[in-house]
Amino acid sequence: MSTTRRGFVGAAGAATTHDHAYAHDHDHEHQAVPSDLTLRVKALESLLVEKGLVDRAALDTLIDTYEHKVGPRNGARVIARAWVDPAYKKRLLADAGAAIAELGYSGAQGEDMVVLENEPKVHNLVVCTLCSCYPWPVLGLPPVWYKSAPYRSRAVIDPRGVLREFGLELGGDVEVRVWDSTAELRYLVLPERPAGSEKLSEEELAALVTRDAMIGVAKVSLTPAGGIK
Amino acid sequence: MNGVHDMGGMHGLGPIHYEKNEPVFHARWEGRVYALNRAMAAWRKWNIDAGRHQIELIPAAEYLRMSYYEKWFTRLVELLVKHGFVTRAEIAKGKRARGSPKATPVIKAGQVASTIGRRVSTKRDVRVAPHFKVGQPVRALNINPSGHTRLPRYARGKVGTIDRDHGVFVFPDTNAHFQGEKPQRVYSVRFAARELWGAQAGPRDAVYVDLWDDYLEPA
Repeated sequence: MSTTRRGFVGAAGAATTHDHAYAHDHDHEHQAVPSDLTLRVKALESLLVEKGLVDRAALDTLIDTYEHKVGPRNGARVIARAWVDPAYKKRLLADAGAAIAELGYSGAQGEDMVVLENEPKVHNLVVCTLCSCYPWPVLGLPPVWYKSAPYRSRAVIDPRGVLREFGLELGGDVEVRVWDSTAELRYLVLPERPAGSEKLSEEELAALVTRDAMIGVAKVSLTPAGGIK
Repeated sequence: MNGVHDMGGMHGLGPIHYEKNEPVFHARWEGRVYALNRAMAAWRKWNIDAGRHQIELIPAAEYLRMSYYEKWFTRLVELLVKHGFVTRAEIAKGKRARGSPKATPVIKAGQVASTIGRRVSTKRDVRVAPHFKVGQPVRALNINPSGHTRLPRYARGKVGTIDRDHGVFVFPDTNAHFQGEKPQRVYSVRFAARELWGAQAGPRDAVYVDLWDDYLEPA
């Protein structure tokens, strides 16, 4: 598909999966819906507006917010700040919600945040096996694969197999920690800063951080998102 | 409930489909469904746990067939009827019943930003003594409630270690059914992957599950 107009999705969501067997473009069977759903949603909205229960302009604003304002660029700025500012990183790991709010990100589905630090011998991976829990203020709304039955069922029993499909092969000496978001804590992975990035500015670093790395299904590399593996 | 939503560890649910440059919403109706759910939740007639349970009540075959926002639409219709906002007759006709009251929306466009930014934490500032200490071995209870629970089947009966104490939170098992918040401690419990899945799992790997006091006993 063509490049998205949503900058943060394009940059943060493209990730490193372009060349994997399961990567595919827009027409996909899992989004198939009964043809009358569009009409049913429209009818319900009209009814709720007619009854004075919802304001149509508020719906528009809600949609616009999550399409254009809240997304993984927010999280990427948090990660980049943690990489360049050791005191900030300390605060982020001690009280993630407060440290994230310092950058202006807070609110629904990010009330009680926890940041998990990846290390050379520790890799963190986030899932919600029961539902679709995800830290909205820093990552936006979750991608379909994260909410899907295949990811939810497999991430806990076969994390290494899942990571391999995402192109990430971890050594046997690395401890894989899977975090199942069963409560109201919301998890964000602090990926390792890539080697060779010492000279990059905070802004340049943020541009490297992908949504997938902050979920834990990818590492951050110097190759820009969408580049060669 | 032992529903199909509790899918951690299941096999046979297919390959992971990854979509490059995925849009936030794939069709206009998805965004409308998302926004309608948010706008109606603002009436505070139900809570997050009741909302989640309503999705779990979708029959298993339908749950697996439906796309994510189709589930949200189904949940919204059921909650709207259950809480008296609309009748099924009104939904069928797409018209307000004659003489039914006209309300005023809780969120207007100008209030969206402040509503989204508001903390609606289920953390509670009440003194509840922890039942367990960090580092303590615990066993997740073998319970099979037919209502809402956050104790996944794959962890039941398994032994783990308290990794951290997150503080006091609303208890979903009661809150989902409007039986009170019953605030209590939530911990990240670390389960060795081999405790959960046997010898096939990586010897160093672990799964951390957030669990409430009522799900745990000393091991």
